[in-house]
Amino acid sequence: MKRRTLLASGAGAATLAMMGLPARAQDKTKVGFVFVGPIGDGGWTFEHNNGRLAVEAAFGDAVETVYAENVPEGPDAERVLTQMVLGGADLIFTTSFGYMESTMNVAAKFPDVKFEHATGYLRADNVSTYSARFYEGRAVQGHIAGNLTKSNKVGYIGSFPIPEVIRGINSAFIHARKVNPDVEFKIVWAFTWFDPAKEADAAKVLIEQGCDVILQHTDSTAPQAAAQAAGNVYTFGQASDMGEYAPMPRVSSIIDNWAPYYVERTQAVIDGTWTSVDTWDGIGRGMVGIGEISDAVPADVKASAEALRDSIASGAYHPFTGPLNKQDGSAWLADGETADDGTLAGLNFFVEGIDGDIPS
Amino acid sequence: MDFSSINPILLLASLMVAATPIILAAAGELVVERAGVLNLGVEGMMITGAITGFIATVTTGSPWIGFVAAAAGGAGLSLLFAFLTQILLSNQVATGLALTLFGLGLSALLGQGYNGIKAPEFPRIDIPVISEIPVLGPILFSHDPMVYVGIGIVAGIWYFLRYSRAGLVLRAVGENHEAAHALGYHVIRIRVLAIMFGGACAGLGGAYISLVRVPQWTDGMTAGAGWIALAIVVFASWRPWRLLIGAYLFGGVTVLQLNFQAAGIAIPVEYLAMSPYIATILVLVLMSAGRAPGSLGKIFHASR
Repeated sequence: MKRRTLLASGAGAATLAMMGLPARAQDKTKVGFVFVGPIGDGGWTFEHNNGRLAVEAAFGDAVETVYAENVPEGPDAERVLTQMVLGGADLIFTTSFGYMESTMNVAAKFPDVKFEHATGYLRADNVSTYSARFYEGRAVQGHIAGNLTKSNKVGYIGSFPIPEVIRGINSAFIHARKVNPDVEFKIVWAFTWFDPAKEADAAKVLIEQGCDVILQHTDSTAPQAAAQAAGNVYTFGQASDMGEYAPMPRVSSIIDNWAPYYVERTQAVIDGTWTSVDTWDGIGRGMVGIGEISDAVPADVKASAEALRDSIASGAYHPFTGPLNKQDGSAWLADGETADDGTLAGLNFFVEGIDGDIPS
Repeated sequence: MDFSSINPILLLASLMVAATPIILAAAGELVVERAGVLNLGVEGMMITGAITGFIATVTTGSPWIGFVAAAAGGAGLSLLFAFLTQILLSNQVATGLALTLFGLGLSALLGQGYNGIKAPEFPRIDIPVISEIPVLGPILFSHDPMVYVGIGIVAGIWYFLRYSRAGLVLRAVGENHEAAHALGYHVIRIRVLAIMFGGACAGLGGAYISLVRVPQWTDGMTAGAGWIALAIVVFASWRPWRLLIGAYLFGGVTVLQLNFQAAGIAIPVEYLAMSPYIATILVLVLMSAGRAPGSLGKIFHASR
């Protein structure tokens, strides 16, 4: 439906141009969004769409937004992006890692249009990247998970073996081990961002193998539903609060808050001050939020988790602080040393103590 | 590397759940193919059943009404296929493929606004007394009712094809539609009924995914289960009990590979991910001895 709307508006713009009327694009800034899942996924895409709605609310009639959902990562994204540009978009947010190539290709063809690619690392004069330090939230999750687990087995549903996901696993594991030296992680790779049937199966298997805390790096609420059906299993909301599953099984969450960034970047386009930047913000700047820790968590754990959150937010504590070894036992960070952003951005190994290999 | 963390009882129990959508869809397709029609639209009918069942369940609050609506949805879509192939004599392969694409699109349209909604729970039933039996009880006798419906449908199809007069007529139509026509049987009518049955079963299979296994609605959530069902019908040599074995095998290896991953067993994930397909094909090929119904996929018109 949305793609058709795009086509129609593209055709409309072409007609206007042919009739020799001024396009008057300056009057209204058009902001486009490309989503990997449905806006109703309750997770990743849902929060990006909230950011879009915040842009509409902040600028009112001065800005028009368009979006395309369920856009596959791959060549088809290029077609969707091109249509958006032809439809008059001035600024386009591509909200998944897999759109990187498509974004770069289309951006090269349309140097006057600004692009913002989420979680990627390729930039150009008209392409910015932005991401959030989700691993800061993972540290808080790991802290709570290590305290809550009675079986000492924590299940982790990974999506793809990319640095963003590996950072999350490492961060959660480090902080779970800190409070519970016996804790083990069981990791299942789903090889999808969003496939509720697969996510539900993975969660059920982890629960059957004795995990009583499930962390997920996939976008649907299916693992929450599986945990709820199982009873005494704790989960955390991923990307979005997933508050409909609180207070049990969902005991807290990582909330992606893209709204301030989207508003700021749209304002920059309106002002003509937009430049290509690389943004990586965490809890401190509000891009990563920790959802309310529910009453299912003991009060002392809740307090220490909140203290951890605040120390990360203030910059007093970095989740990757040495001494830390790599999985094979070789040294990574010395005592007191913190990981630099370059290493973190390309992180491709587990820390010591995690079982299992990263699929290549 | 810890095999002890895999609980064989829970593994076998979840195998039955993982296999159920495929059993339902494949059982329907088996009847369709035994009647001489090749309907490649199973995936499309499944996903349509998944969304019609989900909408009905959310609206009425009753999963049973949802499953009835899913069967109706699948059968309704299959009627389109029946009309095109049986009345307008279109190519069955092309029409079936088109039906899958159409079903995927239609379900995404119908599902607008149903993303992220929770469906009412479909309770598991513990059959009194026998669900208490150690080992066998949790594996066989404490599932949701649709697991048993699936097995019942397979048993019913087996009995119908083997022992009933109507089943014999259906097989005759599938083996040689001209001979069946010469004997005075209504080839088209029988085939349309078979196609509708196949659509209803596929719809039930789809609804099992959206109402029990996940349970929520997402675009394209059947994710290829319809194609698996089609392949299992062929590899099972069009025989109901082999179909059941094939589906359990597929479901079993699917669940087992996730268990292996979670247990940290050192087999690369890529091999684990392809294992269900390889295992199912290997076993069913090794035991296959049957042949396809004689008139499978051929167009019938009384004038020829």
